[in-house]
Amino acid sequence: MMFLIRRFETVVNDLFLRGRVPGTIHLCRGQEATLVGAMGALESKDRITLTHRGHGQALAKGVDPGGLLAELMGKTGGVCRGMGGSLHVGDWSVGALPAIAIVGASSPIATGLAFAAKRLGTGRVTCNFFGDGTASKGELHEAMNLASVWELPVVFLCENNVYAATTHISEYMKNEYVSERAVAYRMPGVSVFGNDPLTVYTAVKEAADRARQGGGPSLVECLTYRRDGHKRDDPAAYRDHREVEAWLRTDPIPTFRNRLHEEAGISENILAGIEESVESQLLAAQGFAHSSPYPPVEQRLSYVYA
Amino acid sequence: MSMPDLTTAPPIVRAEGSRNLTIVEAMREALREEMTADDRVLVLGEDIVVGGAFLVTLGLAEDMGSDRVLNTPISENGFLGLAIGAAMEGLRPVVDMQYGDFLFTAADQIIQQASKLRYMSGGQVKIPLVIQLPTGASGRGAQHANSMESLFFGLPGIKIVTPSNPYDAKGLLKSAIRDDNVVLFIVHKHLYGSRGRTIQHEQTSIGEVPKGEYLVPIGVGDIKRQGEDITVVANNVVLHHVLNAATTLEDEGISVEVIDPRTLVPFDVDLVVGSVEKTNRLLIVEENPSRGGWGTWIISEVIRRAFYSIDAPIARLSADDIPIPFSPPLERASVPTEDRILKKIRYVIHG
Repeated sequence: MMFLIRRFETVVNDLFLRGRVPGTIHLCRGQEATLVGAMGALESKDRITLTHRGHGQALAKGVDPGGLLAELMGKTGGVCRGMGGSLHVGDWSVGALPAIAIVGASSPIATGLAFAAKRLGTGRVTCNFFGDGTASKGELHEAMNLASVWELPVVFLCENNVYAATTHISEYMKNEYVSERAVAYRMPGVSVFGNDPLTVYTAVKEAADRARQGGGPSLVECLTYRRDGHKRDDPAAYRDHREVEAWLRTDPIPTFRNRLHEEAGISENILAGIEESVESQLLAAQGFAHSSPYPPVEQRLSYVYA
Repeated sequence: MSMPDLTTAPPIVRAEGSRNLTIVEAMREALREEMTADDRVLVLGEDIVVGGAFLVTLGLAEDMGSDRVLNTPISENGFLGLAIGAAMEGLRPVVDMQYGDFLFTAADQIIQQASKLRYMSGGQVKIPLVIQLPTGASGRGAQHANSMESLFFGLPGIKIVTPSNPYDAKGLLKSAIRDDNVVLFIVHKHLYGSRGRTIQHEQTSIGEVPKGEYLVPIGVGDIKRQGEDITVVANNVVLHHVLNAATTLEDEGISVEVIDPRTLVPFDVDLVVGSVEKTNRLLIVEENPSRGGWGTWIISEVIRRAFYSIDAPIARLSADDIPIPFSPPLERASVPTEDRILKKIRYVIHG
């Protein structure tokens, strides 16, 4: 899955440069381990809310790559029928709420999904993905307070990729870790290395289990790094090259591939086979997205009721 | 803006027997009935366990359970967003915004989230959500005085309901709770009929409400008084000023037709156009500031559809384009009053 996300984003980047994906894109290359580790700790019935950097979150939750790519291209076969685009991808049928692209806004809504889960007794946990930049938003704090006081089954999951768009975390936050903020709401808060999927899995599993058993919310901060700029027209020249090099040495894709080979004894043949199957999956996804037609113009008047 | 489909709107069923209730009591009855009929319905907001700022939920927590009538932190962004999420999972929340003005602190949740998530998702989610908003100038200074109908009138994706009497308030609130979309339920504070912790039975707040079950459909206006010489469209508290003025003018030989749209989105334009085709004159009265008021859009629709029926300049009364001032004589001078309505109608009729 990590490799699928990496390759999917690379394909999206190519399609964008060739003018096949309109608008803007926010790539998550470098953050795959956090997404896959977290999602592995959730059950398929659980809910997630996505960010503006949501392609990988969607794939990890089980959104179909073809439908996702078609959505990015504004096609009728898209998961949101072309009404959302890159900033609003999601498939509610697999528990991925179409993405809320306004920083902070998803946290109260995720808390509402958790409120309903508790009230209806569904046993569902909601995982609210957000970035380090969201730590400065009041909505996150209002949501954490509500979740805490009403003991709601929600995991606040911070993908700390060091930058709020282009601004380094040290410029906008006095705290060393976002997870410190959990203390204010008397909920457990941890910071873990986000480029190792197993470390993330362990932390999120603990938080999700606690939520499912009625123990209320948690804050899990995953320390990771954005390989690319904030969005497609951002070369990220503002970053210190030593910082970039240090993080790239921990890039989750080659690192975890090596671990699978050397520590878990998975053969090169099997790994190459997985990579091949990802490539053919992506070819099929592109075939689907390209052949899907644009929606009829009348569709713009659908799904709105006032 | 789409027009309401009157052929599929649920019928207004008038039941046997009625009594006089205030709007507050009628709304409370609507909440109680809907919560009894459907356990997905719940109310949340600030201080509502003791009844809320205007006593709408008085006694409801005791009867319905404290898990269905929930006090929230002072956290409008938080609990409005929470209600949106809960609605998408199948609950039917009613959010009591203590003062409508406080909705602005949750602007993103209403403007960017509630109104758009169903659309952007390609119809994957529904948001059955009612937001109760007490509004209007009422001696509290500018930050508790917004008439916010027009600010949201131009926002696609939400319905806006503005009842003026207990019958409509109850029937419309029940319809709003059953609606699968976001409904702003706006009532002028002068209509609530509560003073402190007591209910006041005043002319503007009291009215007949049948004992049995009934609905008032969203999107259907009501002719509150039949007339021949001029059509006056007004909602909320100013409607009562218009009705008083119409009684006075009857003695002067001026016959006023008074229309309460009851719902601003969707707006029953057909009802207004039909009336203007009969009376050939039109006055709109609203408490919003003049700039960008909903009445301007209605006037443009009437001109477009009934231009050749209009025999006199179309008139409009609104609040001044200022924040509502506190000092009582200044506040009274800033909003449409019965006196200003009388003068304006005489002007339209006699020139």
